[in-house]
Amino acid sequence: MFSLYLNVISQGILTGLIYGLMALGLSVIFGVMRVVNFAHGEFAVVAMYATFLVFRYYGLDPLLMILPLAGLFFVVGYALHVTMVDRFVGRAEHEQFILLVGLAIIMVNGLLMIFGPDARAVNLPYGLDSYLVGPLIIPKARLYAAVAALVLACGLFVFLRYTRTGTAIRACVDNLVGAGVVGLNVKRLYAITFGIGLACVGAAGTLMVMIADAEPSLGSAYTLLAFIIVIIGGLGSMTGALVGGVLIGVSEALAGFVIAPSMKSMFSFALLAAILVLRPQGLMGRQT
Amino acid sequence: MQNAHCGKLTRRRVVAGAAAATALLGSPAVVRAETKALKVALLLPQSGYFAAAGQSCYRGAVIAPKVLADYGYHVTLSYYDFESNVAKARIQAERAIGDGAQCLVGAFESGATLAIAQVCEQRKVPLVVNIAAAPPITEQGYKYLVRNFDTGGQLLTNGLRLIKDLIAATKVDLTTAVFLHANDTFGMSMRHAMDKLFPVSHMPFKIAESISFDPQAQDLSVEVTKVRALNPDIVLVITHAADAIKLIRGMVMQRFEPKAIISPGSPGLYDEEFFDALGPLADFSIYTLPWANPKAQMTQALEAAFKPAHPKYRFAVDSFNVGFTFEALLIAADSFKRAGTANGSQLMAAIRATDIADHVMIGGPIKFDDKGQNNNIRSAVVQNRNRTPVVVLPPNVATMTPVLPMPPWHGRT
Repeated sequence: MFSLYLNVISQGILTGLIYGLMALGLSVIFGVMRVVNFAHGEFAVVAMYATFLVFRYYGLDPLLMILPLAGLFFVVGYALHVTMVDRFVGRAEHEQFILLVGLAIIMVNGLLMIFGPDARAVNLPYGLDSYLVGPLIIPKARLYAAVAALVLACGLFVFLRYTRTGTAIRACVDNLVGAGVVGLNVKRLYAITFGIGLACVGAAGTLMVMIADAEPSLGSAYTLLAFIIVIIGGLGSMTGALVGGVLIGVSEALAGFVIAPSMKSMFSFALLAAILVLRPQGLMGRQT
Repeated sequence: MQNAHCGKLTRRRVVAGAAAATALLGSPAVVRAETKALKVALLLPQSGYFAAAGQSCYRGAVIAPKVLADYGYHVTLSYYDFESNVAKARIQAERAIGDGAQCLVGAFESGATLAIAQVCEQRKVPLVVNIAAAPPITEQGYKYLVRNFDTGGQLLTNGLRLIKDLIAATKVDLTTAVFLHANDTFGMSMRHAMDKLFPVSHMPFKIAESISFDPQAQDLSVEVTKVRALNPDIVLVITHAADAIKLIRGMVMQRFEPKAIISPGSPGLYDEEFFDALGPLADFSIYTLPWANPKAQMTQALEAAFKPAHPKYRFAVDSFNVGFTFEALLIAADSFKRAGTANGSQLMAAIRATDIADHVMIGGPIKFDDKGQNNNIRSAVVQNRNRTPVVVLPPNVATMTPVLPMPPWHGRT
């Protein structure tokens, strides 16, 4: 029985790390710009389809596509911010909401028109293989995807902590007026941040398609999941996003195993409600 | 002489002509519709979670007018996508009736079908259910509804009987099972039917546990871990294509090798999406379902029309959805022909009196009982072989013999 629990927990951790990377993008954008990206999940789904296409026509492993696709999504994010999102920064939340939900609807319907409603799978040669470590069965694709997610998250930490641009972005979070006074180009930094957020979600989508099929209708579920994770971890906290992802992954897996699999999602919401009541700022969020 | 006689204007002729003109102009539109085609609206989940099945039904509907015309029936179709959303199903039903639909056909999913049935009842427009198994559909006293599909209980009763035949035919020792079902309307109705029917069906195996899962979950690895912990010989599943794919993948990844994966009456294991995603891993899964009768003339006509219309799709894979959708349209068209009117109550009376001996799906004549349920539908045991559904039981309609236990996963990849 112990080995079964071990398996369930390990699966939860691996899945949670990928969820965490996806939520990280949402957290970074909100933490810096105070803009909630309601099209977050849809961007992840677009990345899943992009990965699917490249895999189908060129046979390229998704792991090799993480950086190119993250780069592409960075450019898209930067351009999107400059042309659209920037005009909505600082405006009422409902205006931001309408813009980004509209964008999400366009993406979902675009995907439906191009790919149809069927699920599209990336059938990797090792997609159904697993490692046997004692009593543990670790699916290879899930393990690789989780490790890649962890490495990318660490890379982002390093970027934000040790580079000049990262420091400048953090300065905007700490004191926006001050950042402007010392001559930082806030608009450009916001565009970079939005680009980073989309790069995260692009990378997460690339990894997600290793463990789940791409479907146009998935976006809203991913957006909701990312919200839950970010709220549990703490809005704007990068560590919180990763911890929240793992927590959701593990708690869903355990709830599914111990209580009933169909109650997994309910358990996430219960956890969310508990956090909102007991620690509204999230596990690692700062009290404002 | 005759012309001159005909051209003569008399008092009697004027009265007769006026009476005829009055009758023609004054009669209800429904009488004049006798020579026209019946306007049927198809409500299907063409996008969203059930999209694959909805699209499959749609493919059957698209070819139906031509095939029906060859049999002397005339229908015009309009399509309404309810996006796998029950609330939208109700809205689309209202819209279809508002657009002039004289009969509705749908809706593949039980929850949506119930929502549409309420609208049809209020508006007195007949609804012919193509596919939907939840028992309440024909248990709530709807007067404007018939169902040409088994209830969950009927599917399961037929399924369990056929599974017993399957075990006897293959002589494989199967002693334990886990019942894994989606927690949607259909899945839960099958669960209730299973709880009721299994104890009295004297099956040669026991159900160790019934496990429900969320069919829209991204990952079913926990469910598979739970099944694996019980180590049953048979995994009985009630799925749709997307979750069936996740379940099989999970079993392969967790190296769980049941002797049989059997669906006692659900979709999922025969969808093109399932074959595409799993390749050889889709083979040897078994399902007991009503199936198109390959020997029926109408099935052959339908298949002949299907191939050129949908060259990218296989009739063998689509035949379940295509067959039942076509039959629903056949029932509507046949009733319209007999009734000679599209008036709701008269058309419904004709639908209730349906008796069609030659049709597509395996079973007796299409007839409805007092509740509007067709009880003459029969199931077959179908097994995926070389990525194609093949009837393996009963022997009179089988084209191959069943293979049990399933070969190991890793020999196939």
